[in-house]
Amino acid sequence: MTLLDDFLVRATLAGLGLVMAAAPLGCFVVWRRMAYFGDATAHAAILGVALALAFDTSVFGGVLVVSLLMAFTVSTLSNRGYAMDTLLGVMAHSALAFGLVAVSFLQGVRVDLMAYLFGDILAVGIADLAVIWGGAALVIALLWWRWSALLTATLNPDLAYAAGIDPRREQLVLTLALALVVAVAIKVVGVLLIAAMLIVPAATARPFAGTPERMALAATIIGAVSVIGGLQASLVWDSPTGPSIVCVAAILFVLSSAVRGLLGNSRG
Amino acid sequence: MSLVEISGLNVQLGGNTVLHHVNLHINAGEIVTIVGPNGSGKSTLLRAIIGAVQPSSGTITRKPGLRLGYVPQKLHIDPTLPMTVRRFLDLPIRVSDATAEAALADAGAGALTGRQMSGLSGGQFQRVLLARALLSRPELLVLDEATQGLDQPGSAAFYQKIADVRDHLGCAVLMVSHELHVVMAASDRVICLNGHICCQGEPEHVASAPEYRALFGTGTGGALALYRHEHGHNHDHDHDHDHEAAE
Repeated sequence: MTLLDDFLVRATLAGLGLVMAAAPLGCFVVWRRMAYFGDATAHAAILGVALALAFDTSVFGGVLVVSLLMAFTVSTLSNRGYAMDTLLGVMAHSALAFGLVAVSFLQGVRVDLMAYLFGDILAVGIADLAVIWGGAALVIALLWWRWSALLTATLNPDLAYAAGIDPRREQLVLTLALALVVAVAIKVVGVLLIAAMLIVPAATARPFAGTPERMALAATIIGAVSVIGGLQASLVWDSPTGPSIVCVAAILFVLSSAVRGLLGNSRG
Repeated sequence: MSLVEISGLNVQLGGNTVLHHVNLHINAGEIVTIVGPNGSGKSTLLRAIIGAVQPSSGTITRKPGLRLGYVPQKLHIDPTLPMTVRRFLDLPIRVSDATAEAALADAGAGALTGRQMSGLSGGQFQRVLLARALLSRPELLVLDEATQGLDQPGSAAFYQKIADVRDHLGCAVLMVSHELHVVMAASDRVICLNGHICCQGEPEHVASAPEYRALFGTGTGGALALYRHEHGHNHDHDHDHDHEAAE
C-alpha cells in the first residue's frame, strides 16, 4: 500500500476515476444540451452536504439522494413544457442558496465550505478513493449497458419508440448516472466545477471524432490529461487544485478550437 | 390478418382531443397514404402506431412480432454529435457491413457509408433514414412526411424509391404526405384525416368525395387536376394550397 500512501498518487487516481465516468457521460450532456441540467444537479449537492452533516450520515449518501431528487424533479418538469432555461436557473441557484444557508445553521460542526465548493482532491483518503472508483464503475457499467439505446433516444425519441426503446427510461438512466457523478466529483472538483468536468472535455474532443464512441474515448483522454496537468500545475504554482484542473481543460479546449479553425469546418 | 388494427382510437394531447374515433387497418403489402390539413392529427396517428403516443381510449393491435421500419418527418442531429452514416445504421442494433451496404443500395444511398450525417444533403439524408428503416426487413414501413425539404424532382425520386422498395420487399407502406399529386398517383388507398377519418378508399374515390373537396377545395377535379397542372410549375412550392390559390 506504499504507493497509495502518497497523497499525490491518491489525488491522481481520484481525478482519473472521476474522468472515466464524467467524460463519456459528459458527451451525452453535450449532445442532449443538458449542460444546465448538470449544473442544477451539482448545485443541489451542497444542500445534500448540509443535510448529511446535520443528520450525521455519509456526505456521499446525502449528496447522492439530494442530487437524485433534483435530477428527477428537473427531468419530470422538462417533460411538461416549462421554459427550461428559466426553470433550471431558478432551481440551480435556489438549491445552492438553500444549501449554503443550511450549512451556516450547522452548529458545532466545523464545515470547510470551500472544500465542498471547489473540492479538496489533495485530501482524498483511501476510503474516498473506494467511493470514487465504485461510483465511477457503476456509471461506466450503466452507460456501457444502455449505450446503444441511449444513443438512439438521443438522436430522436420517435426512432427509439419505433425500435421498442422507451426514451423516458433512457432519460432516467442518464439522470441516475448524473447524480452518481455529482456525488463522486464533489470531493475532486467541488459543486461549482462539476459541470466543467462533464462538458469541457467532451466539447474539446468534438473536432477530433467521427463517431460517438471516438468522441467519448477522446474526451476521456483529454480529461485525464487535464487531471494530471492540473495537479502538476497546482504543485508548481501552489494554486487550488480543482480549479487548476478545469483551467487545463479549458486551455485544451481553446487549443482544440484553434486546431478546428485551422482544419476548416470540414467536419461540420 | 391485418398488420395493424386500430379501433375506436382517441388521443388527447395537452387537454385537446387530437384524434377521435379512428378505425383503421393496414393489410400486408398495400400503400396507404394519410392526407389532411395541418393539425389534423396525421403525425399523431403515426406516432400512436409506432408506440410514441398513448391512446386515451381505443386499441391499437399490432400483428405479434410485427417488424416495423420508421422514417421520421425530420431528424435533427445536434452538430455536437459526430455520426457517420455507417454508425447510424448500427442504431440501435449492430448490423453486418453486407447488410448495411444492401440497405443503402436499396434506398439509393450506395456510396455514403463513410460520410458524416451532418454533411449530407436533404435528399441523401432522407435516403439514409430510409435505409435504416429497411434494415429490419420491415413488414410495415411508416413514413411521416419524409420528403419535407426536398425539391419536387427530389421528392418524386424519393417516392419512386419507396414504390421500388415495396415491390422489392413486399412490405406495406403507411405514409403521411402533403404532396397530393404524388399521393394520388402512388397509393393503393388514401385516408383523408381531420381529427377523425373523413373518408377513405381508392385515390379516385377519395378525390371525388365531398368531404375531401371540403378540405382541399373543389378546384377542377381536386388533386388529379393539380397533378396535371403542376407540370407547368417548377418554382418552389410549400403546399398544394398555394397552387390552388393561383388557379
